Amino acid sequence: MTVHDKTIHATALSRRSLLKAGAGLAIGAYIARGGKAFAQAPAPAAYNIAPNTFVIIKPDNTVTVLCKGIEFGQGQFTGMATLVAEELDADWSQMRADHAPSNPVLYKNLLFGVQGTGGSSAVANSYIQMRQVGAAARELLVAAAAETWQVPAAEITVESGVIKHASGKEGRFGEFADKAMQMPVPSDPKLKDPSTFKLIGSEGIVKRLDSADKTDGKALYTLDIHEPDMLTVVIARSPKFGGTVKSFDATAAKAIPGVVDVKQVPTGIAVYAKGFWPAKTGRDALKIVWDDSKAETRGSAQLLSEFRALSKTPGKVVKSEGDFDGSMAKGGRVVEVEYVFPYLAHAPMEPLNGYLKWEGDTAYARYGCQFPTPDHAVIAQTLGIPMEKVKLDVILAGGSFGRRAQQTTHVARELAEVAKAMGPGKPIKLVWTREDDMRGGYYRPYSIHRMRGVVRDGKIEAWSDTIVGQSIMKGSAFEAMTFKDGLDSTSYEGSNEIPYDVANFKCDMHQVDVGVPVLWWRSVGHTHTGYAVEAFVDELLEAAGKDPIEGRLELMGKKPRHAGVLKAVAELADWKKAKVETGRARGVAVVESFNTFVAQIVELSMTDDGPRVHKVWCAVDCGVAVNPDIIRAQMEGGIGFGLGHILYAEQTLDAGRPVAGNFDTYRSLRINEMPEIEVVIVKSTEKPSGVGEPGVPPLGPAVANAMAKLGVGRPRQLPIVPGASA
Amino acid sequence: MAAFALKINGQTHQVDVDPSTPLLWAIRDGAGLTGTKYGCGVAQCGACTVYVDGQTVRSCSLPVSAVGSSEVTTIEGLDSKEAKAVQKAWVALDVPQCGYCQSGQIMSATALLNLNPAPTDRDIDLAMNGNICRCATYVRIRAAIHGAAKTLEG
Ligand code: FES
Ligand code: FES
Repeated sequence: MTVHDKTIHATALSRRSLLKAGAGLAIGAYIARGGKAFAQAPAPAAYNIAPNTFVIIKPDNTVTVLCKGIEFGQGQFTGMATLVAEELDADWSQMRADHAPSNPVLYKNLLFGVQGTGGSSAVANSYIQMRQVGAAARELLVAAAAETWQVPAAEITVESGVIKHASGKEGRFGEFADKAMQMPVPSDPKLKDPSTFKLIGSEGIVKRLDSADKTDGKALYTLDIHEPDMLTVVIARSPKFGGTVKSFDATAAKAIPGVVDVKQVPTGIAVYAKGFWPAKTGRDALKIVWDDSKAETRGSAQLLSEFRALSKTPGKVVKSEGDFDGSMAKGGRVVEVEYVFPYLAHAPMEPLNGYLKWEGDTAYARYGCQFPTPDHAVIAQTLGIPMEKVKLDVILAGGSFGRRAQQTTHVARELAEVAKAMGPGKPIKLVWTREDDMRGGYYRPYSIHRMRGVVRDGKIEAWSDTIVGQSIMKGSAFEAMTFKDGLDSTSYEGSNEIPYDVANFKCDMHQVDVGVPVLWWRSVGHTHTGYAVEAFVDELLEAAGKDPIEGRLELMGKKPRHAGVLKAVAELADWKKAKVETGRARGVAVVESFNTFVAQIVELSMTDDGPRVHKVWCAVDCGVAVNPDIIRAQMEGGIGFGLGHILYAEQTLDAGRPVAGNFDTYRSLRINEMPEIEVVIVKSTEKPSGVGEPGVPPLGPAVANAMAKLGVGRPRQLPIVPGASA
Repeated sequence: MAAFALKINGQTHQVDVDPSTPLLWAIRDGAGLTGTKYGCGVAQCGACTVYVDGQTVRSCSLPVSAVGSSEVTTIEGLDSKEAKAVQKAWVALDVPQCGYCQSGQIMSATALLNLNPAPTDRDIDLAMNGNICRCATYVRIRAAIHGAAKTLEG
């Protein structure tokens, strides 16, 4: 397979436009027409609010790439700029990046059909598109230089941002940018052969474009937006999910200096103030009587017993091969285990927020928006104005891990409701406190996997996985896309397709409703299915008397990329020969998510405070490695994120009320708990796939498997260190 | 409400806030300096780390009325040679991911190097474990502190 993805090919340059300010060259979008799913984005009639460009070359030689997705740490700015710079033959020092504004036509994610970031798709959906943009810009600059110098374009070369002709003439991009604007746009710009790449896959040349601003306090996040007359809004929401306001008394709140107004909005009682502190203290002073008649009132213990009882009964079959029950009946070494996964908050470092100014017939929103198209639509709808009258600018966000991509658009809606309640002409900044974030729901779903299997004659003969969990997509706009036969595929992804050859296989599921809003959480279903599958296969291999790596490889005949990363990580950690210190043990796991394959080996010891992970070795195959250092950074971050949650994190419910409210009760990994990490990137010519999420899933089961090796057993219920407080 | 004359980064800022207002919000909403971040509000995460008379302080948990005439330093006012070395090392290793915690990390790392020019891993653990990074950039934070210490050594 080549790196050219057949489904994402360009057919025509749809448009370009000149940016008045700054002049220069602006190259527009190459919109793919490959797959049906992408071809149907609605095209608002009067969509003229965005500068229709992906790359802007200014007279000062800077090349700014506009990213259609959000930069929240995963390296999107740098990744997109690398793709453009490669084909443009730019010098890395002249590259810049910024966010494209919301525009559902121009900046849609080619995998989603709407503008949005998620599913580790940034590079995967832009690999060809952004290179075409770079290649087109290069052809235009060359054509402009050819005309200026009166030489054939074919005799012109471009290297590191310099355009040259054999006659000795040379110039830089900025000189030709204006003229290039007048040249006919190439409809099918020629892309480089990957063997000639200079920046894609390079080491040490491409540095992150956002590092400097993130070390001196200049990087601007939504919380940093300040404007004259702007009001900060904090909302009192029901302590239980589904509760509503019965009555409230705002007298004391309004008496607080700085509090400007208090309004009831659909999600609770909103306090408007001059600054965060009066808004927050104003909220504390509200007297609210809640109506819990429709609220979820079950506690964690009750959910556990209900889920557990269900897991012992057959669910709806997702996949069945061979004859699971028949094989089990034949006897042998039967293994049955249960894994319990808690609700998890994403707790991005910057809690949720948003800025909006409603002017009556127009509106301007600005925030770290992960799903611009649906957010844009809901803001317009809530304010009762057409979408093209709303301008939505995307800015940096302090992390997301899934939290800023809301299938229900609940924050965008709340933002618009808050502005609407106050009336036009008042800029507002909605701020969720950390407690609002932790107790506000939209968690990784609570779930149970009941695993059953049998080993006969050293061979895994049967395997079943009964899942009890809540659907993320049910009732949302994504339901049609993700549901199969009435079940949410993101609840079982990874459990229905295991990488191991097992003749008698079954995966079934109970999809249950709980009144707690849930959401995708960094690697979605794989956060629990990866653990269930990889801890269980290890347990069965142990029963079969096999080495965890050899045993896995024997069953991976049809999965060369899984096997590839497993072999690579075994070599990196010297699995066979390494002498492991007394008191320490190693465990391994391999998980594919979002078409990226990751294997990890963990070395740990046990302390009074639970496992201490000393080192993690990681092998990743994400196809063509566009930015190796960003891939390593995402593996490191994914490992730390995975480890912190597997060890310490859970959101529990006390009669429906979420208990953990801040980092004192929702313990986060700290630097003293971070293992040493070594990453190897497996060479691949497959098309690039994402790295933001796939580093997370293997970590938990690798920890569990190392614990088993150490003789303390694989944890059946997460987190490993429950009731943790920092 | 009360008027406070806060000395931040060598300049006096007049802020008119309730005396109970945490220094963090006086800096951000009052003085308009937004490099110092809010992450938890309860002295757990370190995103709000500033110096008060040279000492690292969780500004979310110190009322503005307790600051008096002390000198407050925020990320915008960092200019010591230790700070420059830290920032350079951070960029060289591309430490930040989302970046939101990094002002606090850099304030803590610089304070560490001010006191201890050649910190061990254990020293780094002790000095930095009050600063949460949800992106878990800890491997690079550690490497960058060692890197900065090396450059300072000459
Ligand atoms: S905001 Fe002050 S320590 Fe978290
Ligand atoms: S870089 Fe994102 S929280 Fe530290």
